[in-house]
Amino acid sequence: MTDTATIETSATGTGELLGIDNLSVSFHTRRGVVKAVRNLNLKIREGETLALVGESGCGKSVTAHAITRLVPMPPGVIESGIIRFRGTNLLSLPEKEMRSLRGSKISMIFQEPMTSLNPVFTVGTQIAEVFVTHEKLGRKEAFARAVELLDLVKIPDPAKRAKSYPHQLSGGMRQRVMIAMALASPEPGLMIADEPTTALDVTIQAQILQLLNELKKGVGMALLLITHDMGVVAETADRVAVMYAGRKVEDAPVEELFANPRHPYTVGLLGCQCSAPSNRNAVRLTSISGSVPDLLTLGDGCPFANRCGNVKNECMESFPDVSTAGEDHEFRCHNPITESGASS
Amino acid sequence: MSDNIKEIAPPAEPGFWKESWYQLTRNRAAMAGLIIIAFFALIAIFAPLAAPEDPLEQTISARLTAPFTDGYILGTDDLGRDLLSRIIYGGRISLIIGVVSVGISLTLGGVLGLAAGYFGGWVDRIIMRVIDIMLAFPYILLTIVIVAILGPSLTNAMVAIGISQMPRYARVIRASVLSEREQDYVLAERSLGTGNLELMFRTILPNTLAPTIVQATLGVGEAILSSAGLSFLGLGAQPPTPEWGLMIASSKQFITSAWWVVTLPGLAILLAVLGFNLLGDGLRDILDPRLRD
Repeated sequence: MTDTATIETSATGTGELLGIDNLSVSFHTRRGVVKAVRNLNLKIREGETLALVGESGCGKSVTAHAITRLVPMPPGVIESGIIRFRGTNLLSLPEKEMRSLRGSKISMIFQEPMTSLNPVFTVGTQIAEVFVTHEKLGRKEAFARAVELLDLVKIPDPAKRAKSYPHQLSGGMRQRVMIAMALASPEPGLMIADEPTTALDVTIQAQILQLLNELKKGVGMALLLITHDMGVVAETADRVAVMYAGRKVEDAPVEELFANPRHPYTVGLLGCQCSAPSNRNAVRLTSISGSVPDLLTLGDGCPFANRCGNVKNECMESFPDVSTAGEDHEFRCHNPITESGASS
Repeated sequence: MSDNIKEIAPPAEPGFWKESWYQLTRNRAAMAGLIIIAFFALIAIFAPLAAPEDPLEQTISARLTAPFTDGYILGTDDLGRDLLSRIIYGGRISLIIGVVSVGISLTLGGVLGLAAGYFGGWVDRIIMRVIDIMLAFPYILLTIVIVAILGPSLTNAMVAIGISQMPRYARVIRASVLSEREQDYVLAERSLGTGNLELMFRTILPNTLAPTIVQATLGVGEAILSSAGLSFLGLGAQPPTPEWGLMIASSKQFITSAWWVVTLPGLAILLAVLGFNLLGDGLRDILDPRLRD
C-alpha cells in the first residue's frame, strides 16, 4: 500500500469499507431450502484485499452476488443480515440507488471473460456505456475515456482495440476489458473479482493478478477476491476468509493464516496447494477426503465434521462459536489445530 | 506487469455481419432471392419512370388488348388500363404492405416476446397464453376477422396482417431472449448498474436479431401473399387501386377469354413471394445460431 491514508486507517482498525453482519442467504428449490450462506460476518477495510476462499459451492459467489444484490430472487432469499457499505445498509437500499452504486462504487468482474462481454458491441462501446449510465457523458467523450481505460489496463494499441468485438480478443485481453469496465467510474470503492483468473492460463493469470494489484494501489480501492487458489491468495491478499459449506470457518491476515492455520479445513486447503519443491524429495499433494456436504440436509453440527481428521463428539452436535488466536485471527472449531501443528 | 510482455492479439477476424454477407454471396438461392427483391424494390421506387402509362388511365377502345400488341407490352385489362404499369405500381403497394405489416408485427411481437422472455414468471405465462390463443385461430381467419372489425381498406389490411402475424415473432424472440438472458454478459452488465429496460432493449435485443431477421424476411413474403388474398376477397385494397390481388379478383371473369389479366398479376405475386422466401431460407442457413462462431 503506497497510500499513507490507507495505511493509517487499516492500522487503527477503523476505516471499514464493507461490513457484513450475520448474512444468511437461502435458495428455495423444489427439493427443499438450500442454505447457501449462513450467519456470515465479514469486514473489508478501505484499500484492503480480502480473499474469500473455499471449494466450489461453499457460498463464495453467492456472498459476492448478495453484496451487489444480484442474487436471483426468486429462488434466492436473503434471510437475515446487514451489508454495510460506507455506513449504508445495502440490503435496505431502494433498487434505484442500488443500481447507481453498481458499476460506480461497487463493481464486479467475472470468472468467464469469454462470455461476460456482449458479443454484438465493440469493447469500447461497452466500456463507454458505463460512463454514459453513471456520469451522463456524451458518447464521444465516453468512448475517449474508454480508450484511456484500455490503456490503463495495458492493452496494446487501445484506440484500435476499442473498436474490436469481444470475439476478436484473447481471453486475457477480454479479462483486461472486464477490469477496465469495472474501473469505469470516478471513485471505485470496492471491486469484487469472482475467480478472475480461473479461466485463464497460468502466465496470463499472473499478469492479470499483478494488474489488479497495481490498479488497486493506484486507484485506492478495496478488492474482494474470490478464489479457490491458495497461490493466488498468497500473492495478492492482505486478509483471508475461509468459507466452508456456507459458513466462515477462519479469518486472518494472510501471513498469519499461512503460518498458523487453526481450522482443519484451512490446513487441508493449504495442503492441496502445489508448491515448487525446494529439494529432491517432493511432497505428495494431499487431498481432503470426502466431498462438500449436501446443503439441503445440513444439520446443526459443524459441516466439516464428516471429513475432519480431528472430529470430536461435540462437532456433530453444534457449530462452534468464534474463537480467537491472537490479534485479528478468528476461527470456528471445537478441536483446532494448535500452533505446533498437532491436535490438542 | 512488465511492459515488455505483450499479449499477441489474434488477427482481426471479419465481423459477424461481414462474414454473413460473404456467406450470403456464396448461397445461390439466397442471392437469386435478393436479386428478385432488389429488382422489385427498384421498380417500386422508380415506378413513375418505369411505368409506360398512368396505371389508372382507362382507354376503353383498347380493352383486353393481348400482350405485345399496339404497344402494350403486357396488354390491357377490361377497362383498357395498361397492365404493365398497373403491375409496376402494384409492386409498390405490395412491398409497402409487406414491410409495414411486418414492421407492425415485429414491434408488437418484439415487445411482448422480450417482456415474456426477460421477466418470465406470470408475465411470461399471461403473454404466452394470449399468444397461444391467437395461434389457435387459423391465420387467414384471424386476419379476416380483424379486417371485418376495422372495415375493409388497405391500411386496415396491413394492421390486420401485422396483428395476426405477431404471435410467431413473439415466440421467436421470447425463445432467444430466454437463452440470452442467462448469458454471463447480461449479469456482467447488470453488475455495472444497467437497468431493466436498457438490458432488454440495448443488451439482449441485438443478440436476438439473427433468428428474427430470418422470420421477418419470410414474413414479408407471406404478408404480400395475405394482402393479395384479402384484396381478392374485397377486404383489402379497393378499386381502382392497382393492387395485385385486387387485379386478379376484378378480372377473374375474363380468365377464359384473356388469360393475361389474371395470370400476369398472379406471376408478379409469385415472383415477389418467391424472392422473399428464397432470401429468408438462405438467411436461415447463414444466421442459424447453431452455426455461429
